[in-house]
Amino acid sequence: MTTITADRAPMAGMKVYHLKLGMWVFLLSEVMFFTGLIGSYVILRFAHPEAFGVPGEVLNVPLTAFNTFVLICSSVTMVKAFAAIEQNDQEGLQKWLLATILLGAFFVGVQAWEYTLLASEGFVPMAESYHAIARGAAEGSEVIGGPLYGATFYTMTGFHGAHVSIGVFCLCFTLYRARKGAYTAGNLGGVEIMGLYWHFVDLVWILLFTIVYLI
Amino acid sequence: METGEEHKSPPYMIVFVVLAVLTVAEVLFALLFTGLPKFWMGVGLIFMAVWKAVLVAMYYMHLRFEPKRLWILAASPIPLAIILVVVVIREF
Repeated sequence: MTTITADRAPMAGMKVYHLKLGMWVFLLSEVMFFTGLIGSYVILRFAHPEAFGVPGEVLNVPLTAFNTFVLICSSVTMVKAFAAIEQNDQEGLQKWLLATILLGAFFVGVQAWEYTLLASEGFVPMAESYHAIARGAAEGSEVIGGPLYGATFYTMTGFHGAHVSIGVFCLCFTLYRARKGAYTAGNLGGVEIMGLYWHFVDLVWILLFTIVYLI
Repeated sequence: METGEEHKSPPYMIVFVVLAVLTVAEVLFALLFTGLPKFWMGVGLIFMAVWKAVLVAMYYMHLRFEPKRLWILAASPIPLAIILVVVVIREF
């Protein structure tokens, strides 16, 4: 039977250990943060429909759908890392953490590339000129979205991208600690709370992708 | 899990397949059913997105195996989020 170390001893009351409780409380504050962003987007879009283009005409939906799949894959590798350390499989933990880091970094890279493509098509993040133009349209074509569209799009996806980037850095630190042998089957709190953060970032993207790219 | 009790390993790969299928279904739904009224398009897409989010929370974040008190904590921002959106909508 696995021995539970003091840092994972369940607290009286909530019946979870303090690190996990702390991460959940942090994630709940993040829920409110992203609710503010998504709520503002939805309200602005309904209030000013003329300022928003049809996502499929402006944004690259197939590319982002592929990127969504990449992030879902990274969630699988993260739970595989957790499942490995539950079995005290150090090699498996490091292998799956590395896979998660690579997939997370790939997601951020594709997002940066998407921004470059959008900027080259005229959807640029500059004050007064967030105008959206249909994809593949000739230069000087009719503008199909105004400043609000670009402002909300880059704010929401940018903040999410920042969260993923921070997650990748934290995963690198977790991998560094794993290589030092810091985690065992009885001391896997660090891997578990890292996983909670990573899955939350995935969960937020699932909702963002639907609301920003598909609806 | 947090009390040291053993539980059967969650079906991670089955959840992954469901998430992948739902993602493809969402994209196809959005691209192929363009004639649908916007309201029903939105309802269909949000339904699939929420289903995916719940799967991630339940199985990947292990909420399904956590004590009821953590469930209550995790659900606490939902009414606050609804209040936030409803109050701002009333401004328009």
